[in-house]
Amino acid sequence: MAIVRWYDYPEQNRSLRALDQLQREMNRLMADLSAQSPARHHAGVFPPVNISEDGQNLYVRAELPGMQPEEIEISVEGDTLTFRGEREFSETAEGVNYHRRERESGRFRRIMTLPVKIDSESVSAVFRNGVLKIVLPKAKEVLPKRVKVESPG
Amino acid sequence: MTEKDIPAREKVEHTIQGESTRNVPLYSPAVDIYESAAALVLIADMPGVSSENVSIDVHDNQLTIRGTVPAEEEKERPLLREYGVGDYFRQFTLGKTIDQTKIEAAMKDGVLTLTLPKADAAKPKKIHVTAG
Repeated sequence: MAIVRWYDYPEQNRSLRALDQLQREMNRLMADLSAQSPARHHAGVFPPVNISEDGQNLYVRAELPGMQPEEIEISVEGDTLTFRGEREFSETAEGVNYHRRERESGRFRRIMTLPVKIDSESVSAVFRNGVLKIVLPKAKEVLPKRVKVESPG
Repeated sequence: MTEKDIPAREKVEHTIQGESTRNVPLYSPAVDIYESAAALVLIADMPGVSSENVSIDVHDNQLTIRGTVPAEEEKERPLLREYGVGDYFRQFTLGKTIDQTKIEAAMKDGVLTLTLPKADAAKPKKIHVTAG
């Protein structure tokens, strides 16, 4: 949806305005396209996260294979979400020969600023098949409100 | 070893000859492989894959691991995408030393553990020296 500030465009520039609107619309389209292709905006911090939203909630997902839910610490402070933990491998047996070692272990901490105000009291998280999903309900004041139109009786 | 931070790595995208019919990216899972006296153990990180969505087959000494990730709900609008979601695929060639009929697999929290027992002929044998 295009939101255009009315005072930016005096009457005489109407054709320019249409062109400008088209350009913005195209930019938005392109941005949406690139958002679909994976790993375009890599922050360089483990773990990478995917953030999405719908009408009510904000969703933060991260891949943490092999971890236990109790090993992940999540906190929300104002509009900042932090999660941290340590990935350790318990199955490392003694007296074995490693052929390949590609999986990483160690500590991680991820801090991010959320784009909208959230209701920090009712944040929840689920951990399934090694994927962490944090559900952050949006605060009441940022939820869209319906304005009723009344006709004077 | 546990005192270090995990480096951020991008997922390795896999290209195979036969294209998949599903239009999703295919990733190569990170694996650890170690060998003990009795078996070869392969551990692969496949986040998002449940135990019913993983398939392992051995054919002509070729071990194929495939994991599918169910598609997410389309209702959500993406705001930031740092990692791609897709299926996993990786192949290994097994030596003659593996007893291919006794391969065991376990899937837990997005981690696949494959135990490939060595054939009896390949296990180390201890030879007793008798004093004569």
